[in-house]
Amino acid sequence: MIDSKHIREQFPILKKWVNNKPLVYFDNGATTQKPQVVIDSIVKYYSEQNANIHRGVHTLSREATELFEASRNTVAAFINAKVGEIIFTAGTTDSINLVANGLNIPKGSEIIVSQMEHHSNILPWQLWCERNEGKLKVLPINKDGSLQVEKLEGLIKANTALIALTHVSNTLGVINPVKEIIEKAKAINSNILVLIDGAQSVPHMSVDVKDLNCDFFVFSGHKMYAPTGSGVLFVKENLINTLKQSRTGGGTIKTVSFEKTEYVDGPLRFEAGTPNIEAVVGLARACEFMNSVGAKNISDHEHSLLEYAQKELRTISEVEVYANHSNKAAVISFNVKGQHPFDVGTLLDKYGIAVRTGHHCTQPLMSYYGIQGTVRASFAIYNTKEEVDIFIEALKKSIKLLN
Amino acid sequence: MSIKEIEEEIISEFEIFGDDWEGKYEHLIDLGKSLPMIDEKNRTEENIIKGCQSRVWLNSELKDGKVIYTADSDAIITKGMVALMIRVLSNQGPAEIAKAELGFINKIGLKEHLSPTRANGLVSMINRMKLDAIKMSN
Repeated sequence: MIDSKHIREQFPILKKWVNNKPLVYFDNGATTQKPQVVIDSIVKYYSEQNANIHRGVHTLSREATELFEASRNTVAAFINAKVGEIIFTAGTTDSINLVANGLNIPKGSEIIVSQMEHHSNILPWQLWCERNEGKLKVLPINKDGSLQVEKLEGLIKANTALIALTHVSNTLGVINPVKEIIEKAKAINSNILVLIDGAQSVPHMSVDVKDLNCDFFVFSGHKMYAPTGSGVLFVKENLINTLKQSRTGGGTIKTVSFEKTEYVDGPLRFEAGTPNIEAVVGLARACEFMNSVGAKNISDHEHSLLEYAQKELRTISEVEVYANHSNKAAVISFNVKGQHPFDVGTLLDKYGIAVRTGHHCTQPLMSYYGIQGTVRASFAIYNTKEEVDIFIEALKKSIKLLN
Repeated sequence: MSIKEIEEEIISEFEIFGDDWEGKYEHLIDLGKSLPMIDEKNRTEENIIKGCQSRVWLNSELKDGKVIYTADSDAIITKGMVALMIRVLSNQGPAEIAKAELGFINKIGLKEHLSPTRANGLVSMINRMKLDAIKMSN
């Protein structure tokens, strides 16, 4: 059990009113709000700690460097990785591009993605295939949003180099059995690398990259209570020095001459230029915040909201909920029959409720369901049952207005 | 009636709602529902105005020196906004359309529909209406 009142007090923006109504923020899948500890860490950084890192001999620079590297330790521990396996990036999209541009795999390789991927986990691979005579294969899904795992074996060929798969669908909330898939894929072809998109899983559940046995794991800070512009690329220790750099510059080298440059090993080789230091520091504070609440408490609380909201939504005959699946994170996609999601979202906003409408950067998934878009409500630790009630009431009123 | 006069008429029509946004939106939705259907032959890919979320089809024709617009949208609130735009701009001369400022949208409290994040294609629609009018006057 969590103390909702105590948690909500830590998020100043939740006191805000929009359109003369108290804000009900159900767009957490897009980005979460930030707790005071994270906000304070940014202010503190610029008030007391700011200096460029990995450079100066002066005290402030040394302390800022220590703060930055301590954040790497915190983040590594957070997903049970080693500190040398954590590369800081600008976010999930940046992390995936970094892998796609640096992957050392033969021309003409095949890459497998799933039908439910976010565009950010399709386009970098599509581009790789276009540039390298590769082939993009698609793992299909069922109507309930589950992956057709049994089709995996047929898709894997001797030249399949990589599987890029989301841990949790950003549109449907379905939790994929990634551990089982990784095990199966590597048993069929031991050379296969697996990248897991954790943008929607890390905010909602405890993640252990060692246990998953994935080669790459990517996620964003801003979807897990941390500042925008902070992101993580986990690369398995034995692979990190095989990944090619797509960006280079200051901070990545041992020695430089016009004839030859020697680069450092490990994460710093990929962090060219001055990083987003305060965002990384804020990310560490966000990890600590989540640890203090407890991963199990977070997923239990959000799951109870999910169950309750889905149950209530099913009592409204005009509402169709997508992905009737038993293993979901706190994301619900639905439509009101005969109504455009844009209209539903516009009216909900007038009632003070922030939801997402549209294709959610998953157009191939929308095509699969034969729809233009959905309304998506996604929950975070600070949401409450009372807010779900306000949302359901507002949705009923919106439907009445539209009819 | 001139564009300005129609704008004034709409402003006074919306005045009765005051702070009652539900009444205002109900009216907007009714306007959307009563917008005459666009001719099926004009519901073409070419006539789609690309908005991020809701789609808008717009057809422009010149008749006796006036521009006649017909339009449709798959979202009813957008369609209500479209109906308002047609009421103001259709059956007017190209030169008048091109210079119309359309301040009424702000005055009736619906300017949020012109914000870039609404992504409903309304801004693109207004641009397209004006562009079509300018092309026809040449």
